[in-house]
Order: sequence, then structure tokens, then C-alpha cells
Amino acid sequence: MTTNKWITIKGTRDGLTLFMNDNCSWDELLIELDEILSAKHVTVDEPLITVKIKLGNRYITREQEQALLEITRKHNKLVVDQIVSNVILKEEALNWKEETDIKLHNKVVRSGQVLEVNSDVLLIGDVNPGGKIIATGNIFVLGNLRGIAHAGAKGNREAVIAASYMAPSQLRIAEIISRSPDSDKEGVPMECGFIEKDGEQIIMDRISSLVKSRPQLNAFERRIMNG
Amino acid sequence: MGEAIVITSGKGGVGKTTTTANLGTSLALLDKKVCLIDTDIGLRNLDVIMGLENRIIYDIVDVLEKRCKISQALIKDKRFDCLYLLPAAQTSDKSALTPEGMVEIIDELKPDYDYILIDCPAGIEQGYKNAVAGADKAIVVTTPEKSSVRDADRIIGLLEQEDIEPPHLVVNRIRNHMVKSGDMLDVDEIVQVLSIDLLGIVADDDDVIKASNHGEPVAFQPNTKASIAYRNIARRILGESVPLLSLEKKETFIDKVKKAFGIQK
Repeated sequence: MTTNKWITIKGTRDGLTLFMNDNCSWDELLIELDEILSAKHVTVDEPLITVKIKLGNRYITREQEQALLEITRKHNKLVVDQIVSNVILKEEALNWKEETDIKLHNKVVRSGQVLEVNSDVLLIGDVNPGGKIIATGNIFVLGNLRGIAHAGAKGNREAVIAASYMAPSQLRIAEIISRSPDSDKEGVPMECGFIEKDGEQIIMDRISSLVKSRPQLNAFERRIMNG
Repeated sequence: MGEAIVITSGKGGVGKTTTTANLGTSLALLDKKVCLIDTDIGLRNLDVIMGLENRIIYDIVDVLEKRCKISQALIKDKRFDCLYLLPAAQTSDKSALTPEGMVEIIDELKPDYDYILIDCPAGIEQGYKNAVAGADKAIVVTTPEKSSVRDADRIIGLLEQEDIEPPHLVVNRIRNHMVKSGDMLDVDEIVQVLSIDLLGIVADDDDVIKASNHGEPVAFQPNTKASIAYRNIARRILGESVPLLSLEKKETFIDKVKKAFGIQK
């Protein structure tokens, strides 16, 4: 029997974890994986086993990932739960950084103007009636929000909109739209809007309530880890 | 070397032309050499308000198309030797006026005048672009109405993209009794929304219309509310610091007596 040169197997309560060496060549690794899995230590009656593959500091492409999955699937009773790599492409990393960043803008968004941001946005200034602020993440306005704000523009329902003075003509989060009441109501200081869990509409509340409804706003690092 | 100031508003009918005429007159009263340019091709009004309609021979399009010299098209005001008007064309094609043409004209006028006031047409299309092209500064006129504030906001946004100083604001046609009763936006609210510097406020005054219809800008009269307001704005343009005029009507002794007897509130 061949000794496992590149792959270490560890059994845990949740299933198997395969640690792949990240110094050997990819082809060698696949061959060894095939060999290991072919060795019959699984019988037909056993329940499904979940497999976690840890790649270490190796980056694999989509095709390589497919090859990996195929080999594992060939052998019955094995289900790949996740493939974990410590590295990502620079491009992805930059995108990631941009999307989790908070961009600062210091201006007045006037009627007819649109401020579009591909991340969270902190606006130091007003959004005037007829102006529009769009972000893929959260929107924080340090000023009067009297125009339209659209948070989570790419579908993130977790996004929130907060303003020091909230008197918007419309709020949009992901695909949900709400408008201000027709009775010409005065705005409210220090308010925020968000979608409640499983809710279908935007709820307005005091900014201080965000601590409860969106605790993850505090933890930037956790958002990185969760992607 | 003179300064070119464009007077604009976005919305029509808020008093751009009246403001231009009155600021021109006020600056002339302060012994400045002023040239007014009307860029509202096809709908010229400035000449009417100035009462110079019957003296027009050539207009701005004639100058651009080299049918006459700029000095031939300029009309001297009937009251001041230091105030001139370059009228807009009434019949020519609108497209004759271009931003480049405006810059050319203004550059030619600048050495001879202290102030060149450009009256901008309503809207944000070509006419606006022409009017703004040669300007160094801008004055945005608005009235205390939501729609006109909205348009002023839009115009300020567009002006910020131009290579000119941050615009200043004139709030026109304030009716104090309506502001008091809460039926009209008050000046502070407007300034807060537009977040630009306030240059002056002008009350809604019957004298303005009366004077315009007689072809004599109200600023020429010494003591109406509106004329004082315009003169104050002119002084602020010159860099003086003049306090804002109170819009309150002064309470006379008779009013006080009436109030005491409960005849007048």
C-alpha cells in the first residue's frame, strides 16, 4: 500500500477532513486522492460521509475545483461539504475590500444628482429633494436626507439606511421600496430604516435600535470572514 | 478687468430679468461701469424692463455673425452713462449663440466694464449653457416656493460642475405675512436646503411690477423696500457687508394706539 505523501486524512465527528499539501503538483495530488479514495474503507451500508477539503495556501480555478469534486463523487458515500483555501485572487481581494469598505463623501447631493457607491457610504452633507444616493452596502448620512436613498442596491437585504435627519421622499433597500406618507410630515432626527427578519417592508426606528437589529454592523472583521 | 456674473434660476418667472435690471441699475448708481447681456434669444425682456426697447438696432446674434461691431450693438441706458445693454435677438435662430461665442463677447467687454451681468434664460438646456459659459460668478435667484427651490438646487448642482466660484443666493418675492403664517418657506429654511451663501432677500413689492411696466427698474427709486434691497445686494457684490433688511413692517404710533384699543391686531 502506498503511503500518503501529500494528503492527510482526519476523521472528526462531522466527517472527514482532507488536508492537501500545498507544495506538490496538482496532478500528483489528484492521482493520490483517487488512490486514497479507491482504497476500500467504505462499505455500502454506511451512511453518507461529508468531506471537508483544506487546500492550504493553494489557489485553484473553477475547472480544478470541478475535477476535485468529480474524483470525490466517483466514490460513493462521499459528499463534499466545502473546499477551503487560504488564498484568493488579488482581483477578488480588491473587490472584496471595495465592497466591505466604507466610502466617505463630503458634498451636497442636489436635485437631479445621483451618488452611486459600490460599498457602504458615509455622506457628510445633505441629500436634497430630487437627489439620489445609491450604495451596494449601508448608507449613513451625516446631514439631512430629503431625497431618495437606496441601500443594498445589489440585493443585500441586511443593508440599513441611517441619517441624522430623516425626511426622505423614498427609501429603498434591496428591491423593497417605501415612500414617505402623503401628509407633509416633518422629518425625524437620528432615524434609521431597515428590513426586519423575514419582513417585506422597511421599518423605521431610532438609530439606537440598530444595535439590537443589526449587531454585525459593529464587527467589520466578522463580515470579512463571512464574505 | 471686469467681472462677469450670470444671473440664473432654473425655473422661469422667479425674477431673473428683474434682478438683472435692478442690480445693473444699483451698480450704476454706485458709479460702476456695467454691461447687461440678455441671452434669452427669442424671448427677450431685459430691454423692456430697462425701457430701451425702441433703441435696439443690432443684437447679440448680429455681433456673433459679424454683421456689426459690438460697440454698435450696445445700447446706452437713458438714465446712466455707465450702464449699457447688449440685447438678445428676437427673431434669429437660437443656435446662432454658442458658449464659445459668449466667451468671445465677454472677453471683449471685460476690459471696458467693471461688471458684466448676464441674464440667463429659464431651463437647463443650451440657453443656460451659453449664459454660464463666460461667467466668473453666479447668482441664483429663487422664490420661497418649493418648486423654485427645487430648481435652484438643480441649477446649483450644475453650476458646481462649471469652472466658476460657488454661486450666491437671492431670495426674491418674499411675502412676509405668508412666511409668518407658515404658508411660505422662510429664508433660513431655503438657505439650509440649498447650503450656499445668501446674497440678499427682496420682498414681494407692487412697486417692482409698476416700475417694470414703466420701463424703469425699481432700484432707480430711492426709497421703496425692493429698491433698498437691490441696492444692498449691489453693495454686497462690491464686498461691503450690509445687514439683511428686516421684512417686518415698522409699527407706527397710530398702529400701537389701534392695537391698544383692539382695532388692529
